[in-house]
Amino acid sequence: MQIQTAKKQKTLRLKGEIDHHTAEALRRKMDKLIGDEQPDRLILDFSEVNLMDSSGIGLILGRYKKLKKNGAELCVTNLNRQIDKVFRLAGLYQIIKKVK
Amino acid sequence: MKTENKMELSFLGISENEGFARVCAGAFAAQVNPTMEEIADIKTAVSEAVTNVIVHAYPGEVGKVVLRGALQEDQLVIEVEDYGCGIPDLESALQPFYTTVAGEERSGMGFTVMQTFMDQMFVSSVVGQGTKVTMVKKFQKAKK
Repeated sequence: MQIQTAKKQKTLRLKGEIDHHTAEALRRKMDKLIGDEQPDRLILDFSEVNLMDSSGIGLILGRYKKLKKNGAELCVTNLNRQIDKVFRLAGLYQIIKKVK
Repeated sequence: MKTENKMELSFLGISENEGFARVCAGAFAAQVNPTMEEIADIKTAVSEAVTNVIVHAYPGEVGKVVLRGALQEDQLVIEVEDYGCGIPDLESALQPFYTTVAGEERSGMGFTVMQTFMDQMFVSSVVGQGTKVTMVKKFQKAKK
């Protein structure tokens, strides 16, 4: 007998601009979702994010560490050119998968 | 536009003004019709410079930030200046992932982003007097 457990995947659609000012509220929102839902995989959808500066790098890395501690993974999708450039610069794609 | 345009803004170093500063810089640059990518680069770099002031320049108080722009057809020169504590170890501060703020998820990538998104960046800082970041963006149409 094989028991298959479906992976619990959650997608969070982010909006607006991610900077030092907005990062704290996003941090609380993401941490609540991670704590309440305990997903195996969290996908951050950037389709409605216009800009992210380096404050977003700390935010993303912090959530990656939290998820990893739970044995879960963090993925991102729909990044515009500017955000993609910040991700590449910080080496985030070495630990965070970009999905379609 | 043959005549150089200039602007100077002064505002409080509070996080609400990060978005204000980058929108102003982007709108100022838009006068010479740069690409959308160039405007995004300028907005990102200004966001980093202003955030640095807010996080580091005035420990325990709110201080003044000055944003200046000098615009020509082929380039934009941006200055972000504060009159705060200054940077004691500028060489280290310019290194990627260097941060003096522990426990707040600061990435230490601010200056690296500014350097990458703009064509030139200069930092002058005097401890106890303040810091000035000067950045230059050369527009693609001028590079051709």
